Amino acid sequence: MSGLAKFAVEQDDQGQGTLFLSGALLVSTVSEIDHGLEAIDVPLGSVDLSQVEEIDTVGAWIICRLSLRHDVKILGASKRAQRLLSAVHEASNDADLSPPVEPVWERVTGYLGTKITETLIGFVQVVGFLGQILIGLGNVILHPSKFRGRAFVHQLELVGVASLPIIGLMSFLIGIVIAQQGAVQLAQFGAETLTVNLVGRITLRELGVLMTAIMVAGRSGSAFAAQIGTMKLTEEVDAMRTIGISPIEALVIPRVLACTFMMVLLGFYASIVAIIGGAVVGDLSLGIPFFTFLERIKDVVPVYDLWVGLLKAPVFGLIVALAGCYHGMQVRGNSEEVGRRTTMAVVSAIFAVIVLDAFFAVFFTKIGWV
Amino acid sequence: MPKRFEGEYPIVVEGLVNRFGEQVVHDGLSLKVKRGEILGVVGGSGSGKSVLMRSIIGLQTPAEGNIEVFGQSITGSEPDEDIGVRSRWGVLFQGGALFSTLTVGENVEVPLRQFYPEISDDLRADIARYKVMLSGLPEDAASKYPSQLSGGMRKRAGLARALALDPELLFLDEPTAGLDPVGASKFDRLTKELKETLGLTVFLITHDLDTLYAVCDRVAVLADKQVIAVGTIPELLATDHPWIQEYFNGPRGRAAQNSRAMVGDSAADSIEIDKPRVSGD
Repeated sequence: MSGLAKFAVEQDDQGQGTLFLSGALLVSTVSEIDHGLEAIDVPLGSVDLSQVEEIDTVGAWIICRLSLRHDVKILGASKRAQRLLSAVHEASNDADLSPPVEPVWERVTGYLGTKITETLIGFVQVVGFLGQILIGLGNVILHPSKFRGRAFVHQLELVGVASLPIIGLMSFLIGIVIAQQGAVQLAQFGAETLTVNLVGRITLRELGVLMTAIMVAGRSGSAFAAQIGTMKLTEEVDAMRTIGISPIEALVIPRVLACTFMMVLLGFYASIVAIIGGAVVGDLSLGIPFFTFLERIKDVVPVYDLWVGLLKAPVFGLIVALAGCYHGMQVRGNSEEVGRRTTMAVVSAIFAVIVLDAFFAVFFTKIGWV
Repeated sequence: MPKRFEGEYPIVVEGLVNRFGEQVVHDGLSLKVKRGEILGVVGGSGSGKSVLMRSIIGLQTPAEGNIEVFGQSITGSEPDEDIGVRSRWGVLFQGGALFSTLTVGENVEVPLRQFYPEISDDLRADIARYKVMLSGLPEDAASKYPSQLSGGMRKRAGLARALALDPELLFLDEPTAGLDPVGASKFDRLTKELKETLGLTVFLITHDLDTLYAVCDRVAVLADKQVIAVGTIPELLATDHPWIQEYFNGPRGRAAQNSRAMVGDSAADSIEIDKPRVSGD
């Protein structure tokens, strides 16, 4: 069968070798002789190609490489082989295929330095971004016709209405877990009835809003970053600018407003559903009738607990939307960047939400809302 | 191992019908591409040039009709099925379609890795290097990412990847669209030289009349959901189909003709020629 590449070396009296290549020298066959050719240790004077039946540029490269290394004469090359040889020879070079790599110490220190400057620049940019949004908001207030009502309503639906089932389910289960686990611990003091206080206060003050913010960051913050990031890649954002539409007004403000507003409603909704979850556990395993549980909530939970939750909610919503839109607008270059920025949007939003929640906890305690 | 295709027609399309919902793009289209020629495919926007190419390379399953590439039926196989022709063609997509997370050199290595994993790393890198140069890119382009390249260089990088496996058949989708005139005529030269050096058959979709005059051996005209004419440009000019007349005798067509007539074939020679320069014979 002619489909194989073969080679043989013959030595003359002076020790000069001649390499005889035969068969097909193609991309599909050369790997069989590649190692053998590399291992030739006889000084080669010429290469005979007269038995070569087929050749492509890879075959030609193999010969070209030999000739560069051994300074050989090439005999019996067909017209096609000659053409390919000269084309390949012209194109030979030793460029790097992978991007240049620096030594470890430079890379590590460089990486650290870039991270630090990036963080600082990022902080300044976030403040700048917030400023842009405020200017945009000011513009919208001065010229209400610029407000994108449809986009706003659409975002309200995406952020709020569409996430009702998943947030409801999550909160219901959290309510069940708190009531069930709390009751087990409180039973040791014979204080099962305090389960009502536990569920009512913790969900309204903390968990309702916090868990909702985390869910919204995962659901909507990531979507903001990915949508806006893709629009940056496809130059849609640039196109908007050239037409005179401000991307801040068209893309960012509807999302930020929708997310801020919806967080309040979703946070409240989540707390209520969690209390219902607690009441179900109370009814089934603690012997507190369902409606008695709800009645007791009214007595044991002070109203300011509700305010604590509802005041935090818009701030969290703002942070989630800000992180999503900011990272979306920062996308440059390639598709990998969209993924990276989306991840960063979610991580930084959740992180900021939790840090702020700690501050809020201290703050509200200090002002006497305990 | 598949031998080089010896038949007369590497691509045979018969009775091709493509539909998108109600919209019929191709209705009984037939086309034969001769071995060793550069076939230019022209047609108005929306006449289904790209759909035809996608059908031939198996990305679009036609509603009816038969397509054979190297004597193998494309239409009878699944898009991802291996029927042994995929390693024998190279495709340059309109935007280059380079993998954005890999450097140009690594992009060229991808098909080599896929089809011939037994090739040693050194040799594969060597192959990628000279392919990048063959496509007329500077040496330092091999280690750059596609986002660091200009549009024209991205096209050349796409060409380097299309040539990675030494294909017998090359598909080019509007290779000169978006290039400046100098870059476009350089690309035309490159196409022609690569075809002669490597013995390629080229299926070239274009809107560029200068490209048609400069490199195409024959031109196929897509209109009315069919190939209404195939032939050399003088042969096409002799037909009296209104679209063909308008296309070649419109103001732009005339300008392209005149520029050929005035300076003859030396027009492209006066421009600095890109690598590879063929000096073997």
